[in-house]
Amino acid sequence: MSALGKSYKRIEGMSKVTGQTEYVMNMEMPGMLHVKLLRSTIPHGLIKHIDVSAAEQIPGVIRVVTGEDLKSMDINPYYGPAFRDQPVLAIDKVRYVGDPVAAVIAEDSKIAEDAVNYIDVEYKELEPVFDVLEAAQPGAPVIHEVIRPAGSFADLKNLLPKENSNICIHYKLRHGDMKKGFEQADHIFEDTFTTPAAVHLPMEQHVAIAYAEPDGRMNIWTANQSPSFVRSEVAHVLKMPESRLRVRVPYLGGGFGTKLYVKIEALVAVLALIVKKPVKLALTMDEVFITLTKHGTVFKMKTGITNDGRIIARHCEVYWDGGAYADIGPRITQKSGFTAAGPYDIPNVHIDSYNVYTNKAPAGAFRGFGVPQLVWAYESQMDIIAEKMGWDPLNFRRKQVLTEGKIHATGQKIVSVGLDKIIEELNTSIGWEEFFKQKQSNGIVKHGSKIRAKGVAIGLKAVLTPSISGAIVTLFADGSASVYCSTVDMGQGSDTIMGQIAAEVLGLPREKVHVVHPDTDVTPYDTITAASRSTFYMGNAIYKAAEEVKNKIFESAAEFFDVKPEHLALQDEKVIVVEKPELSMTLGEVVKEIFHMPAGSIIGQNVYESHYQSPDPETGQSEDIAIFWFPGGTAVEIEVDTETGKIDVLQLISVGDVGKAINPFNVHQQLYGASIMQLGQALFEECIFDYGQMINANMADYKVPTFKDLPAKTETIIVEVPHPEGPFGAKGVGETASFAVQPAIANALYQATGVRVKDMPLTPERVLQALKQTTNRSESTIRDFKEKAKG
Amino acid sequence: MKKQVNFTLNGKKVTALVSSSDTLLEVLRNQFHLYGARESCALGLCGVCTLIVSGNPVSGCLYLAPMVDGEEVLTVEGLESEGELHPVQQAFYEKNAFQCGYCTSGMILMAKKLLDENPNPSEEEIKDYMAGNICRCASYKQIIEAINEASKILDTGTNGVKAAYQ
Ligand code: FES
Ligand code: FES
Repeated sequence: MSALGKSYKRIEGMSKVTGQTEYVMNMEMPGMLHVKLLRSTIPHGLIKHIDVSAAEQIPGVIRVVTGEDLKSMDINPYYGPAFRDQPVLAIDKVRYVGDPVAAVIAEDSKIAEDAVNYIDVEYKELEPVFDVLEAAQPGAPVIHEVIRPAGSFADLKNLLPKENSNICIHYKLRHGDMKKGFEQADHIFEDTFTTPAAVHLPMEQHVAIAYAEPDGRMNIWTANQSPSFVRSEVAHVLKMPESRLRVRVPYLGGGFGTKLYVKIEALVAVLALIVKKPVKLALTMDEVFITLTKHGTVFKMKTGITNDGRIIARHCEVYWDGGAYADIGPRITQKSGFTAAGPYDIPNVHIDSYNVYTNKAPAGAFRGFGVPQLVWAYESQMDIIAEKMGWDPLNFRRKQVLTEGKIHATGQKIVSVGLDKIIEELNTSIGWEEFFKQKQSNGIVKHGSKIRAKGVAIGLKAVLTPSISGAIVTLFADGSASVYCSTVDMGQGSDTIMGQIAAEVLGLPREKVHVVHPDTDVTPYDTITAASRSTFYMGNAIYKAAEEVKNKIFESAAEFFDVKPEHLALQDEKVIVVEKPELSMTLGEVVKEIFHMPAGSIIGQNVYESHYQSPDPETGQSEDIAIFWFPGGTAVEIEVDTETGKIDVLQLISVGDVGKAINPFNVHQQLYGASIMQLGQALFEECIFDYGQMINANMADYKVPTFKDLPAKTETIIVEVPHPEGPFGAKGVGETASFAVQPAIANALYQATGVRVKDMPLTPERVLQALKQTTNRSESTIRDFKEKAKG
Repeated sequence: MKKQVNFTLNGKKVTALVSSSDTLLEVLRNQFHLYGARESCALGLCGVCTLIVSGNPVSGCLYLAPMVDGEEVLTVEGLESEGELHPVQQAFYEKNAFQCGYCTSGMILMAKKLLDENPNPSEEEIKDYMAGNICRCASYKQIIEAINEASKILDTGTNGVKAAYQ
C-alpha cells in the first residue's frame, strides 16, 4: 500500500477538534512563576537609572531583573542569528519603543503585570531615525555602535558590516555589463516601489517556559520554529555546552516566521537561572506586534528594454527596513536580494541590497522571506512596461521567463522550475487571453462606478541553502516505527507528511509510524522549520534514514531466504521475495530473526546536507547558490469601485510548482492559506508608526482577513516539475502562493483604471487618491536613453 | 476580594472562587484546566476564546467571571457525548478544517451555534455568522466545507465517530 500522493487526514486531527492539542501556552509546572516585561517608551536613548524597589515590594513579586543584573552575570548577554546585536534585556541603551527593559517575576501574571507599573526608568533621549533611506545616509544617528557578527551560518559568513553606519549588510550582485546593457536599450523605465512593515500574528503568542535542573542543566519548552538554533544560541548566552540544554517544542499555534530563531528563550533561561524556579513568559498579542515585523522596503528599479520585447538590463536597489535589531534580515537581504531582478533571463543585472537599522520594532522572516516585497516591484514594472509598449503583459513575460537550463543572474543554471507551465495555467484558469483581446478591442466595461479587470504575476524563490536536516528512523520489534526529527509542526502538517515519507519507504500504513516532536535531547539538529524547506531537506533525511532501516531488514531477510537483497521487496508490512511472493516474512519476524527474540530496534539515521558554493562577495556570482528554486504565480479578477476606491477580489487563483505533491490536500491548503494571508497584506495590512511607536499594535486597529474578506472564487493549481534531488521529486510549498498576490491585484487595478499604485497596501484611501490624481505620479519615469545620450 | 460563583460547566454543577476582574476564560483555564478555549486578541475580536453561555456565544476573554453565577457554560470539551464526537467536530476532523488548530475550538462552537439556529446555511450565511472568528492560517475554505458537511451529518444522523486518538 503506498502512502504517497495521498491526502491523509491530519494525524493530530482528533486532538485539534477536541481542544486537546498540546501547546506551550497550556503548559504549567509545579512552582512555576510568571514574567511580565517593562518596555521602552522612547525610540532611542540611554538608560540613566532604573528604580525597581517599589515593584519588588509588592506582595507576590519575587524579583525584578534589569540589564544591570545581566552585567554582573557570567553570560554573553547578546544574541541573534546573523549579528549578536540583541540584548537579553536592554543594556545601557534602548533602540525602539517596545525594547524590553526590565522583567518582573511574580507568583502570578496579574501581580507581575501590576508591578511593571511601579518601575521607574530615567532615560537620556538620543536622536532617533525612522526612515530607512535617511537611516542609510552617512551622518544618520548610529543605532549600534558595536557590530557583533554571529558566525552561526555558512551562508552569512561573507557579509561584512560597515562600522559606524546603520547599513548592517550590503549585498551586491553583478552580472554581465550594466553600462553596455543600458546603451543597447531602446527604452529605460525607472520606478520606485514600497511596501510597509506588517505583522505575522499567529493566533498563539510567543510563549516559553524555562527551568534549571538541580545541577543547573537548562530545560526550555518553547513555541518556536527553530529548536536546534535555540539550543545552540541559548547555550552561547549561558556559556553552557549544548548538551546541558534541552529544548522541546510541542505543536505551535501558527508561526509564519515570527517564531524563528531566539525571541524570548534567552530571557526566560536567564530568569530561570536567577530565581532557580520554572518561569513562564507568555506575550500578549499587543507585544507580539512589536516583537517582530515583516521588513518594509523601498525598491528602486531601472530596466532597459529593446523594441523587440527583451529586457536587456536591470538595475535594482533595495532597502530593507530592519528595525532596531538585525534578526535574520541579513539573510533576507542576500538570499532574497539575489532574486530581485525577477525570474527572467536578463543578460545584464546589477543588484544592491541593503539591510538598514532604524529605531522601530525589529523585522525578520515573514512567510515568503522578502520575496513578496520584491515580486511586488518587478511584477508591477513588467506590466508598466508592457502597457507603455502596447504589449500583452503575459507574452512579455513568456518571452524572457527562465526556463530549464537557462542561467539565472546569480550564475546558477536553472533546473526543475516550471515557470513556463505556471504562466500557461494562469492564462487558461483566469481567461487572460480573452480578457486582454476584449480589452484591446472594446476597452474596459464600467457598471456604474464599478469596473472589473484581471491581472497576473509570477515569482520565484530560492530555498535556504546551505542547510542541514538530521533524522532517525527506528523500527520496533512489532513492525511499527518512529521518526525522530526536529521539524516543528506549526500547522503546515509536517507530522503527517514526514510520517508519510517513512511509511512509504518502509511499506507501512501511515498509522503505524509515529513522528516524535522536536526535543533536542533526542531529535537531531535541523536548521529551521521555515523557508518551505522541510519537505525537501527533512524529507530527504527521513527517506534516507528509512532506507537504511530497509537495507538492514533486507540483509537479514536475504540471508534467511538465501537470496540477494535486490530480490526482495516490502509489501503490506512484509518482506517478500519478488520472484516467489509465497516466500515472505513479517517485519516483526525479521526483527526476531536478527535479535533472536521479539525485541530490539533497527535504527537508520541520516544527516542531509546541501551542496553549496558561497557567492563571490563582490559579484554575488555562484554556480550553486540554491539547492532548489520554487516558483509560484497568481491570477486575479477584481472589481474596483471608483467612488470609494475599494477593491473586491472576485477570483483568486494560485498556481505553484511543488515538484511532487506528497500530500495533495496539504499542498492545496498551503497554497490557499498563503494566498489569503497575502490578500490581507495586499489590501489592508500595514503597521503604522508615530515617532517610532507602532500605533495600531492591536487587532482592533490592525485588521487581518476574515470570512468576510474571502474572494467569491478561489482556486489552487498544482504544477509538478519533479526535482532530481527532492524526496520523490518534491520541492517546497509553504510560501509559494504568497509571492505574486500583491502585483497581480495592482496589475488588475491598472487594467481597470489606468492607475498605477506603487505603494502597498492597496487601501481604498490610497486607491481613491490615486484615481483622483491626474498627474503623472502614476506613470513610470520613461526616458529614451539614446536620445538623451545624444542630447 | 473573591466571590463564589456556582454554575454548570459542560453539564456538571461546579463552584469557583473568582475575583471581580477575572475573566471566565481565565477561570476555565486556571481553575478547571480546560485549555480548549484560548486567548488571542484579548479584545473580543478574534473568536479564539469563544464559549457558549446559556445558549449564547460569548468571548471568554471579555466575559467577567462573577457574571457566570447560575449560568450554563459549554466548552469544546463538553461537545462529545458518550465518547462520540459531535457532528461538527466530526466534520472538522473529516475535512481537516484547521492547520495549527489554535482557532479550532472557537470555530467549532460558533459553527455548532450557527447550525442550531440555521440547519442549512448558505455560504453567504456561513460567512456572515462566522465573521467574528479569525483563522490566521486561513483554513476558511475547509471550515466552510466542514460546516456544510456537519449540516449534512445532522440532517441524516450519520455521525458516530469515536472520540479516540488514532
Ligand atoms: S481572545 Fe477573545 S475574542 Fe480574541
Ligand atoms: S488553524 Fe491556525 S489559526 Fe486557524
